[in-house]
Amino acid sequence: MGTRESGSRPRMAVWKFASCDGCQLTLLDCEDELLSLAAEVEIAYFLEASSAVGPGPYDLSLVEGSITTPEDAERIRHVRRVSKRLVTIGACATAGGIQALRDFADVKEFASVVYARPEYIATLDKSTPISANVPVDFELRGCPIDKRQLLEVITAFLACRRPVVPSHSVCVECKLRGNICVLVAHGTPCLGPVTQAGCGALCPAFNRGCYGCFGPADTTNSRALNTKLRVLGMSDPELVRVYRTFNATEEQFMRASEEDQGPEEDRA
Amino acid sequence: MSVGGSVGGNALMDTVVIESLEPLIAALQSAGYAVVGPTVKDAAVRMAEISSVEDLPAGVGDVQRPGNYRLAERGDEMLFDFAASPDSAKRFTQPPRQRLFRMRGQTIEEVREKAPRVALLGVRACDLAAIAVQDRVFLGRHPDPTYRRRREALFLIAVNCAVPGGTCFCVSMGTGPKATTGFDLALTELASPHRFTVESGSERGAQIVAAIPHRPADQGDLTAAEEVSRIAATRMGRHVDTEGIQQWLPAAHDSPRWTDVASRCLSCTNCTMVCPTCFCSTVEDITDLTGEVTERSERWDSCFSLDFTELSGQPPVRSSALARYRQWLTHKFATWYDQFGTSGCVGCGRCITWCPTGIDVTEELSAIRDGTGETSCIR
Amino acid sequence: MHPMTPVPYRVRSRRPDRADTVTLALEPVSGPCPFSLPGQFTMVYAHGVGEIPISLSGRGRTGALVHTIRAVGAVSQALCRKRPGDLVGVRGPYGTAFDVAGAAGLDVVVAAGGLGLAPLRTVVRELIAHRSRYGRISVIAGTRTPMTLLYPRELDRWRMAHDIDVQVIVDHPDHIWPGPVGLVTKLIDRIVFAPRRTAAFVCGPEIMMRAVADDLMARGVPARRIALSLERNMKCGVGRCGHCQLGPLLLCLDGPVVDYERVGGLLAVREL
Repeated sequence: MGTRESGSRPRMAVWKFASCDGCQLTLLDCEDELLSLAAEVEIAYFLEASSAVGPGPYDLSLVEGSITTPEDAERIRHVRRVSKRLVTIGACATAGGIQALRDFADVKEFASVVYARPEYIATLDKSTPISANVPVDFELRGCPIDKRQLLEVITAFLACRRPVVPSHSVCVECKLRGNICVLVAHGTPCLGPVTQAGCGALCPAFNRGCYGCFGPADTTNSRALNTKLRVLGMSDPELVRVYRTFNATEEQFMRASEEDQGPEEDRA
Repeated sequence: MSVGGSVGGNALMDTVVIESLEPLIAALQSAGYAVVGPTVKDAAVRMAEISSVEDLPAGVGDVQRPGNYRLAERGDEMLFDFAASPDSAKRFTQPPRQRLFRMRGQTIEEVREKAPRVALLGVRACDLAAIAVQDRVFLGRHPDPTYRRRREALFLIAVNCAVPGGTCFCVSMGTGPKATTGFDLALTELASPHRFTVESGSERGAQIVAAIPHRPADQGDLTAAEEVSRIAATRMGRHVDTEGIQQWLPAAHDSPRWTDVASRCLSCTNCTMVCPTCFCSTVEDITDLTGEVTERSERWDSCFSLDFTELSGQPPVRSSALARYRQWLTHKFATWYDQFGTSGCVGCGRCITWCPTGIDVTEELSAIRDGTGETSCIR
Repeated sequence: MHPMTPVPYRVRSRRPDRADTVTLALEPVSGPCPFSLPGQFTMVYAHGVGEIPISLSGRGRTGALVHTIRAVGAVSQALCRKRPGDLVGVRGPYGTAFDVAGAAGLDVVVAAGGLGLAPLRTVVRELIAHRSRYGRISVIAGTRTPMTLLYPRELDRWRMAHDIDVQVIVDHPDHIWPGPVGLVTKLIDRIVFAPRRTAAFVCGPEIMMRAVADDLMARGVPARRIALSLERNMKCGVGRCGHCQLGPLLLCLDGPVVDYERVGGLLAVREL
């Protein structure tokens, strides 16, 4: 049984970069499972939960947040060096997060408007996902991540198997759950057909359209979806806005928010 | 391969008439069935458990077009004057997720999933045909005992379709609109006065009828019922020419139309999920944190998912949306015959209605057959 | 029993073949070993990790199901780590077989690419068991490097003891490799067979199988006598998951062994 045979518990670390802490909180939210998790895994570094810091190396590092400062760009390389496996958790770490909206604007200008002394602010022009900085073993999507999926990733790591984290669209989850299709039956704009499953089709279950929190699915055709969304009354600026939220710089969502011209090639 | 003691089209007793569904529902309930029928929920006709006639969608109709479904209030007393619900019987014959087995330490235990006794009220002829197709898949060369138990626990009450939808084409597929086989009971809803003709298709169906108030159908009832099905057959929203489709469709693998349809296809899987015969599944292995207990489940999968054809260390066989759409349509209408001796399509039209971009299989097929790659607009 | 429920088997023996390849002999925990034919496959389940189809590469003396497994994914890696006495789950054997007996009276060409030699070993063993029934037998095998060649000692034995022309070609030779370099099709020139009276058994990457089959056909071997063993994603092995379709074929039931007459046209369609 993989790591279990080695005797000692695998050591896990949880790291934070530019983020809201929501994904780390998801781990703390695993109240019922936290004790049995702690029995199987030594949580050696998790500042959100404990100030006790166990030294590296770590068998599994969960990384939350994106890289937005020169210091963080250096720190993530350290995290990679001391981690056997590195799993990013959440939209920030996986796609740059909502703070990647800076990529479409001038950060210096923002800083000059927001801060009294902008010269004290040391920040990068872009908010980049972890994978743009160091190699990543697995990316868990979502804003925030889904608790069941997080436990599944950790459990799969312990069992040396591939996590059951399907990359298909939210539509599959809607149908598994028995949701009505809000696009077809209500004419509600929904990003479900181009968004990766994982949330359990939460919003459509409450008759809301999908907001795309989990980023693009494995295969998308946003050009065709946009045609439908326009029929439902969305304007071009609105289309840009729905794709530019938590996963704005994910390639397929970026193209979806920019496209209008030329056929979009299906990503293979 | 027959299930549930169905005896095909031969009525076990003469057609009778019932004035109300209430005694029928009550009789089914006292026979231990949960009665599942059409209800209005989330602005659609959904199949859900009902307790009385009150739960049925009186006076509700629907308007179905490619990529568009809307309810329409008619305000009359008719309970079944709508076309296919987004829910087919598949949810009951092949639930979205099923546990297969559990492994605890060194022992493998089969999970005997429950086979709930369900009476499905309002099944259409196309749905019955779909169940017969699924029987061939799951009771063929490697019969599935769980499927068999679920099928046997399913009491099927067909209601002949009176108002086909704009996306229906059961007449083209030879499956409807009148239910001729595979049901326990088949009803035709008649107006003024509101009543139902009832035909039994199985021993247990006949027993239920015998237990409720009924009278023999007279010639007027029979003629009216025939008229319902006759008129329904003339009101198909769609048509497919299936002549020679088993040959010409696979042969058209290079048609320019595939590129065209792929530009409109979202690969979202909706068509396959709502299809009453699409049976594709994948398996998922779940372990507990200690690794002591592992469980394997089967869940609905779709040939539109990119990883459907993946192989270790190689790109998926069907990487392009074009190839995936071609696979689905060709399988459904042609290669299904090679594998299961029947068409995979029953003409229910769900894939047309529930495709978010409104791709219409009947339109695609005719364009492919005619050898044209003409672009159609997205509705 | 449900067709998706595996039967508990134990690893009877384990032999590392190459750096990433292991041969496991599996026996049921209770009851006799099931009957199997050359070319058939089983679904092998690694506890808690998953299940994959694996072609049989032999039959032990006790009837054990022998599988040669290359560690490429999570499941095959888990299986390669198994030791004698460990438990696995097995379903099958499933699928169509190589019609070895049908090649009686003919010359035989066995063409393997990489791990494709594993299922073909069952064919060669069957040929050897009735050597006198067949004409000239040639085994041509392509492999990435000399170090990835499967069963080198057994190949020698076939060559020495059973009057089989065994030839090996490598893609990437090392400095001591004395043999030919290139694709396995190159070896077809170097073997002797009477095309119109030849049966061929081919297994390897799809592109290699098509090249071999086309080459053999061009020389006059009838397509119906060229048998390929195909590979597709497979979740069930019993015709219910839909993953292994190739046009009209469900490869778990109609394959994995299919003759080129049936399948040549299908393989020529891109992304079918």
